[in-house]
Amino acid sequence: MPLVLLRAPLSELAGGREHALEGATVLEALLALESTCPPVSGWVLDERRAIRPHVNIYVNGQLAREETAVGEADRVHVLPAITGG
Amino acid sequence: MTELLVGTKKGLFVLDGDVGTGFDVTARAFPGQSVEYAMRDPRSGRYLASVTSWFYGGRIWVTDDPAGEWQEAEGTVLPEDGDASLARIWVIAAGEADGMLYAGGDPGCLFESHDGGLTWALNRGLWDHPTRPDWTPGGGGLCLHTIVPWPGDPDRLMVAISAVGVWLTDDRGATWRYSNSGIVPEYAPEEARDMPIGHCVHNVRRAGGQPERLFMQFHGGVYRSDDSGASWIDVGDGTDLPSDFGFPIVVDPADPDSAYVIPLIGAEDRTTPGGTVLVWETRDAGASWAPRGNGLPERDAYLTVLREAFDSAGAGTGLELYFGATSGELFGSGDAGANWAPVAAHLPPVYSVRTA
Repeated sequence: MPLVLLRAPLSELAGGREHALEGATVLEALLALESTCPPVSGWVLDERRAIRPHVNIYVNGQLAREETAVGEADRVHVLPAITGG
Repeated sequence: MTELLVGTKKGLFVLDGDVGTGFDVTARAFPGQSVEYAMRDPRSGRYLASVTSWFYGGRIWVTDDPAGEWQEAEGTVLPEDGDASLARIWVIAAGEADGMLYAGGDPGCLFESHDGGLTWALNRGLWDHPTRPDWTPGGGGLCLHTIVPWPGDPDRLMVAISAVGVWLTDDRGATWRYSNSGIVPEYAPEEARDMPIGHCVHNVRRAGGQPERLFMQFHGGVYRSDDSGASWIDVGDGTDLPSDFGFPIVVDPADPDSAYVIPLIGAEDRTTPGGTVLVWETRDAGASWAPRGNGLPERDAYLTVLREAFDSAGAGTGLELYFGATSGELFGSGDAGANWAPVAAHLPPVYSVRTA
């Protein structure tokens, strides 16, 4: 199963930095994260189940979207975008 | 001793003090995150803050101690089967029923809490209003920024949305009607100025002791209603006010004929006119306005004061007034605006100021 890797504050909400989760796509893995760690709900995905505009998802170092396929041993990094002011 | 809750671009600042001896920052929360608004529910003593992470979206947090742990409130989300997501919460207001609170947000949404702010639910009456497809956002977004309860009557409520206008309910939010009669949106083509919605209301306050009277700072004009918001009359035109544009408005709870505004040069600039910072006061329901600026910067001061960044405490001759600017400066008066003093000079850009 893919490994979802979080940084603060998400890691604090989820109770840890690394989470092995079921899912064949990024969206499925993130929904599994919300199901396993309810305090994260709404932080990465919005109401429409879309990745928030200033959150970047990388799968094995490649920028990914909701529909990106993930598989066994894939590393899914959830990172804040380098934006803001 | 007065407690100020100051929402800024870089977190919440709590200041304690008084205008005579000065204020100190006694707590900071949510560093690095935008705090659009913070208030203390006078009934429970609970603090509530609207916090928007640039990355992770907007939500409401609550605590009994602003220097301690904050708890994330639940339920400020839009329908999952819709095409919108919550951009931010603009304002939080105590309702009249026990434990009732309201929160207004972008896109034009109203949330209700019945448990003092721990859990929230979307008001579907306003969300599903058939005119919603015609609503258009103002410069700050499609923000529901003003919530005005009716003292003692939880069934009646007024809210305002930019750039949509005033909305009234008499059945606790089950049904809503727009109420912009008399407001002239001069930014619209002449032939469209009688449109029923599309009004860029900036802020509304209810007069003390006379609940059917309301004062409004509009996108262009200062208005008053004497019939509970059913109709509006321009009380700024033809007066000494240096501009019809501004964001916040405040009243003296002891005087239903009073209102305070902070005019800014119009929509094209949005700074204090001529580099002079002045608060303008009426004590005759808007027939005349006079500047109140003793102690405020007189030159080279081009400030922007946003719609929630002006508030009061007390009443009458001891009315305290406080406002903050996007420059990070905060000013206060302890004598109904006659004299002013700096409260803080170097905060991040100020989004909101509320007395607790």
